[in-house]
Amino acid sequence: MKEFNIVVIGIGGQGALTLGIVIAEAALKQGYDVRTTELHGLAQRGGSIPIHVRFGKKMYTAMVLEGEADLVMSLEPLEALRSAYYGSKQHKTVFVIDNDPVVPLSVSVLGEKYPSIEEIEKDLKDFSEKVIFINASDIVKKETGSDIAANIYLLGYVVGKGLLPLKEKYILEVMQELGPKYFETNKKIFEMGTKHK
Amino acid sequence: MQKVLSDKLEEKVLLLGNEAIVRGALESGVGLVTTYPGTPSSEIGDTFAEIAKDAGIYFEYSSNEKVALEVAAGAALSGVRSMVFFKHFGLNVACESLFPLTYSGVKAGMVVLVADDPQGWSSGQSEEDSRPFARIAHLPLLEPANAQECKDFVKMAFELSEKFKIPVMIRTTTRVAHMRSVVKLGKIVKGKTKGRFIKDIALKNFPPYLIDVHKELHEKLEELKNVSEKSNINFISNNKKSKLGVIVSGVSYDYVMDAMDDLKIKLPVLRIGFTYPTPDKKIKDFIKKFKQVLVVEELEPIIEERIHIIAKEVNPKLMIYGKSHLPNVGEYNEALVIEALSKLTGKKFSMNLFAHCEKCKNLKIAKRHPILCPGCPHRATFYAAKAATEGMDVVYGGDVGCYILGITKPLETQDFVFSMGASEGVIHGIKKTTDQKTIAFLGDSTFFHAGMPGMVNTVFNKSNPLIIVLDNRITAMTGHQPNPGVGITAMGEETKAIPIEDVVKSFGIENVKVVDPFNVNEMINTIKEFIDSNKLSVIVAKRECQLLATRKKKAQGIKIVKFEIDQSKCQHIGVCLNKLSCPAIYKEGNNYKIDKDICTGCAVCAQVCPAKAIHAVNE
Repeated sequence: MKEFNIVVIGIGGQGALTLGIVIAEAALKQGYDVRTTELHGLAQRGGSIPIHVRFGKKMYTAMVLEGEADLVMSLEPLEALRSAYYGSKQHKTVFVIDNDPVVPLSVSVLGEKYPSIEEIEKDLKDFSEKVIFINASDIVKKETGSDIAANIYLLGYVVGKGLLPLKEKYILEVMQELGPKYFETNKKIFEMGTKHK
Repeated sequence: MQKVLSDKLEEKVLLLGNEAIVRGALESGVGLVTTYPGTPSSEIGDTFAEIAKDAGIYFEYSSNEKVALEVAAGAALSGVRSMVFFKHFGLNVACESLFPLTYSGVKAGMVVLVADDPQGWSSGQSEEDSRPFARIAHLPLLEPANAQECKDFVKMAFELSEKFKIPVMIRTTTRVAHMRSVVKLGKIVKGKTKGRFIKDIALKNFPPYLIDVHKELHEKLEELKNVSEKSNINFISNNKKSKLGVIVSGVSYDYVMDAMDDLKIKLPVLRIGFTYPTPDKKIKDFIKKFKQVLVVEELEPIIEERIHIIAKEVNPKLMIYGKSHLPNVGEYNEALVIEALSKLTGKKFSMNLFAHCEKCKNLKIAKRHPILCPGCPHRATFYAAKAATEGMDVVYGGDVGCYILGITKPLETQDFVFSMGASEGVIHGIKKTTDQKTIAFLGDSTFFHAGMPGMVNTVFNKSNPLIIVLDNRITAMTGHQPNPGVGITAMGEETKAIPIEDVVKSFGIENVKVVDPFNVNEMINTIKEFIDSNKLSVIVAKRECQLLATRKKKAQGIKIVKFEIDQSKCQHIGVCLNKLSCPAIYKEGNNYKIDKDICTGCAVCAQVCPAKAIHAVNE
């Protein structure tokens, strides 16, 4: 493997940054060189947060080149569309998307349009043969009462389906190290994600 | 976070650029560190705040960047290694003391770190390239490109600073500060935290002696130029025969290396890490064999212009490309470099990036701008200000903090934004030259940072605007750092909390009132009363940042009362959504609803609803 390029995108507070860090730390444990680029500060106040993670034998740029993502993980449908840029059929990009919309004020107050899931899927099909929507937020909310761990469910999904070439063992180790307090819950959610049909 | 304190030598860890800077300072025996929070440098402070006690060093949030620099100078003048850091605007504030400090020199190593923000990811006001400051201030300048270099360059800066008795400047950018990459740990050194001030510098900043010192300073820079010439942080990759060479600084090195890989070309690349004084001889040797050279540096063409001067002597026919092929605004990325190199070499990338880009432009994607959080007290104040001044011709003075987010519709209460504390000065000028009504907004941390002089000027020069201090009891935007109004220091110790209203009264201002923004009617009435009076008036809108308050409630197990809209009473007027614009409120079909997952129970919507249809949920 030359290098593996991931874009994790979500809205401030959804855990895109945490998800990026877990993936990056697990990749380091697996012996790869790793680089990420993150957004902190102004962008975190309800704005869109794209986190890039690249790992492999050796790379320079932390930013994923447009069209060269192997995997885009989106914690929100509209944000997946915003990351279409990073995907291409040529690079066989896979999009994995939480199907729970968070409507921005530009739609609710200013009258812009929030597309339907079908429209988003149709648009993304120009950038990828494989666009997967998952009801991660719903499942996690039913299980824990809050959708905050939906990011971990998606992580379980991509590991379980072999869409992210990282070993479960390393990811669990990292989750234990970074959040020992929530580890048991996170582990359970992660494992549910790996078994998602 | 404790990773930066790890004692496992040679261990390879993933660190954010900003964390690696902290580690570099710890491996250099730093004794005192100061800052005023500013993204993209904020996590350096967050990390120091967390580990300073364990590391046995002193760390403080100073009231502004100039003070921070002065405190660090005091330590370095007393023989204790020090570091000060801030964002680009912070350097502007600190310059007045930085420039003379170069003359007086330092006794122990002192590092001045500035984090620039091309693209304005976390700073609205302007895109600034801080590199020219190094030249004006006569300071050596280093530019790391990744986390490992952040650590290494800080160590090198301390050594250089102590050897040449001059502060050394390091410049990062957002993509370096917020890049997580692998760092090999070295040994943490316990440095001096106590020294002694030696009285031998006063005349260095006093005429006529300062002229001699200025001369010595230029001589010092000549010596530093020799260091830059030999430094291995200015290095050549792919040193081979070629028609075209590349000269690059900062994180753009990564883009150049990956772009060449993607274009399947190998060009000689000179990476400049020691940016000032520039390694002129090294550049001469590098450029003399080429027909063309491409300079890749973000923002201003500083290295490019230097190369124009150098080339005249060694290679006058050299074609020098830089801003001719790459933008002088915004941050760079690999795609931009691919495009530039493609044009110059005729090599094509396997993907048509232009066509790809065009395809993306056709997508219609609703914007998602950063917004004030659900339950943010600033929103309540802005709503009240708009309601109280409806139909009036009012200029709303903006300032720097979370409240900058009031700039967008429907709040629109930031008619201009310049710099910390600037709302008052500009509003005073508008007041003197127009008949418009005026309200200046500024935050609590901003008040202590640079807001006090503006307010004093307003009193002194007999102006009468309404000033509203948005006191949310914390420096929120940069990640909740304490400020002089809070009563706690960076290292978690209790200290005097300075009440803003007392400071304001001490300036002789009579119309002063502390109002809770969650009491909407009182806020509206006070604004009406003050704006109609012909006196200078100040409202301290006091209410803790909702993120912080909610976090505290959760930690203490206090239940957060949620609100809901009674559909039988709702008259679909939409004030809650269209005028208050709380993100917890949304419309489903024709019905307004509240997302209970994110409602923080501020009750502001219940107060603004004309139909009284919003009430607390009884559970």
